[in-house]
Amino acid sequence: MREAIIHGPEALTAGAVPASNLLPLRVRGLCLTLGGRRILNSLDLDLGPAGCTVLLGPNGAGKTQLLKVLHGLLEPDAGEVDWNGAAPGQVTSRQALVFQKPVLLRRSVAANVDFVLKSRNLPRARRHALLDHVGLGDKARQPARLLSGGEAQRLALARALATEPEVLFLDEPTASLDPASVNRIEEIVLKAVRNGTRVILVTHDIGQARRLADEIVFLHGGRVAEQAAADRFFAGPRTPAARAHVSGGLVL
Amino acid sequence: MQDMGEALAVAMTLVLSGDGDLVEIVGLSLRVSLTATVAACAIGLPIGALVATNRFPGRGAVLVVMNALMGLPPVVVGLIVYLHLSRAGPLGFLGLLYTPAAMIIAQTILIAPIVAALSRQVIEDMHAEYADHFRSLCLNTRQTVQALLWDARYALLTVALAGFGRAVAEVGAVMIVGGNIDHMTRVMTTAIALETSKGDLPLALGLGIVLMILALGVNALVHSLRLTAVRQAYA
Amino acid sequence: MKPLHLAALLCAVSLPSAALADDILVQSTTSTANSGLYDHLLPIFAKATGIQVNVVAVGTGQAIRNARNCDGDVLLVHAKPAEEKFVADGFGASRTDLMYNDFVIVGPAADPAAVAGMDDVQPALEKIAAAQALFASRGDDSGTHKKEVSLWGATSVDPANASGDWYRETGSGMGATLNAGIGMGAYVMTDRATWISFKNKQDYKILVEGDADLFNQYGVIPVSAEKCPSVNIEGAQAFADWLLSDDGQAAIADYEVDGQQLFFPNAPD
Repeated sequence: MREAIIHGPEALTAGAVPASNLLPLRVRGLCLTLGGRRILNSLDLDLGPAGCTVLLGPNGAGKTQLLKVLHGLLEPDAGEVDWNGAAPGQVTSRQALVFQKPVLLRRSVAANVDFVLKSRNLPRARRHALLDHVGLGDKARQPARLLSGGEAQRLALARALATEPEVLFLDEPTASLDPASVNRIEEIVLKAVRNGTRVILVTHDIGQARRLADEIVFLHGGRVAEQAAADRFFAGPRTPAARAHVSGGLVL
Repeated sequence: MQDMGEALAVAMTLVLSGDGDLVEIVGLSLRVSLTATVAACAIGLPIGALVATNRFPGRGAVLVVMNALMGLPPVVVGLIVYLHLSRAGPLGFLGLLYTPAAMIIAQTILIAPIVAALSRQVIEDMHAEYADHFRSLCLNTRQTVQALLWDARYALLTVALAGFGRAVAEVGAVMIVGGNIDHMTRVMTTAIALETSKGDLPLALGLGIVLMILALGVNALVHSLRLTAVRQAYA
Repeated sequence: MKPLHLAALLCAVSLPSAALADDILVQSTTSTANSGLYDHLLPIFAKATGIQVNVVAVGTGQAIRNARNCDGDVLLVHAKPAEEKFVADGFGASRTDLMYNDFVIVGPAADPAAVAGMDDVQPALEKIAAAQALFASRGDDSGTHKKEVSLWGATSVDPANASGDWYRETGSGMGATLNAGIGMGAYVMTDRATWISFKNKQDYKILVEGDADLFNQYGVIPVSAEKCPSVNIEGAQAFADWLLSDDGQAAIADYEVDGQQLFFPNAPD
């Protein structure tokens, strides 16, 4: 167990915590077929202990499915996922996933956070700090499903952070949000990274990848086509597919 | 058709005069059918939620049986309950036959499958939406079922209403196990059947109108609850 | 909710109305209950003895079956052979004649079989059969139904052959059969008490009455405590004794609807 779980909400804003012992992650020969379509095709991947890894790739490259397999929500057809000696299903509770379209309970903002806290036997008192952290402190009593898109995603983030995950998966958290909301969410993600949370983020927003990524993993055709430190990747992608993707992204 | 007008007049007089016997009968109808609805929900909702959230061998057969049981004939339920609660039956020692408790038991058996089958559908739809989030949180079956039941509460209110509607309107089961005993087990539907058999069709129809007003009231109450919920996006 | 809560709930709901030890339950026929006789008798009896009487009104056949299941303390029906078998089988303590009324045949004013005014029931039934005029039968194994079947048995007609044709078996109580018969324009045999208090007569009238064969005897039987230890034998006996006493017999004779006496007490002295 990490320090942060013992220390409570201060950890959200306190200094960096030691790296998670869930890492390194080692993935070998991962295959996944859904609805007769091959999504992941003998994928290999290694991730180091810290920072923010951004998964890039064209639509249908299998980014979302890869997150779900790593998180233990999808069972692959073949291959091996190794979280420093543990299988994905064994460590799901030490991770959190924020979905592209946040799944909010039909309850108040506060109750959405309380639900997660209660499911982990964490003190309900932490809710205030969590909601303040994502800027929703004044909306605690409002129905969650009446929040704007950006607010809903920030609530989803607060919920994900409530369990103090060692690994935080984010699946296009800012898709179709306004620039101000994108900003706020990126700030929250950066704080989490600085606090030692291992972040793995999927995005189509090349600018966001530049702002957040320590490392880029470029998926293409169900495999890792390219993996590199962010500055090196953006200095010049080596594969033609990645080059096309990044330049296309720049044009946008 | 002049009976219809007469029946309306009878219904108005009954309601406006606050006739003591009528109040008693209406009260018992509500007590029996509402209690049966609560009991049927206590049994049917967890079953519906468990079937909705779990995949197991034979699930298809369970669904077919659950849906088929929605069409249980009240008279058959009444007979089965009668045979059990009769002094000569296995539960005769309880002395429940010809009491409101027997009527509650019969109506509970009648509508629990309705609650289970309809709630299964409601909860399965919601579970499809919540499943990934809940699995990400590593919730166990009990936590999952509890959360789904709570979040689906307004939709399930309509399910309960369907059960209540069937309970309060049926006559076959309560007639057999209740016996339509005056001041003891006489409810709206058995009173209507009795007045019909006495040939007092306007009074029977008048009581029927009162029963419909009752059902209308309960439905209006639930509807307004749901409206509030919809405004808050809780439904 | 846990099963225990459920049980507690059911108990809580049932307790206020659960039968008290002093209460008795009478399994009876629809004809006596629908005529309002019990509404007249029971308050008098309750005032005299403090015993609360509850009545389940079903057909005689079902009333006897319910009593055989020990679901009643007193049987008050009208089908003498079946009652005597009930006693012979040990379910009844004793059977006593209580009161009588009579059966009548009612029919539409048009009277398609032209039976109006007849006081001999067999020829009347034969005329109905010959005219193939509609006849609605209880068909429910009740005392009235048994009586009707025995009346047909004395004629040259077997109505069972015309079942579904002009002979319509409703399988329902007296009131429902009257409603059905009147709805389809059929002749109906009914006990006079039900008919007098029946409110949906439309253009129907009593067409055949007065035959000794239409005599309708009611009997009272306390359910045997030997076969059914759960019965309230004291209460049952007290009710039967009171009905057979001068007070009870007078109360029966006093009951009138529209100025007509419905039941004629004839308990043995």
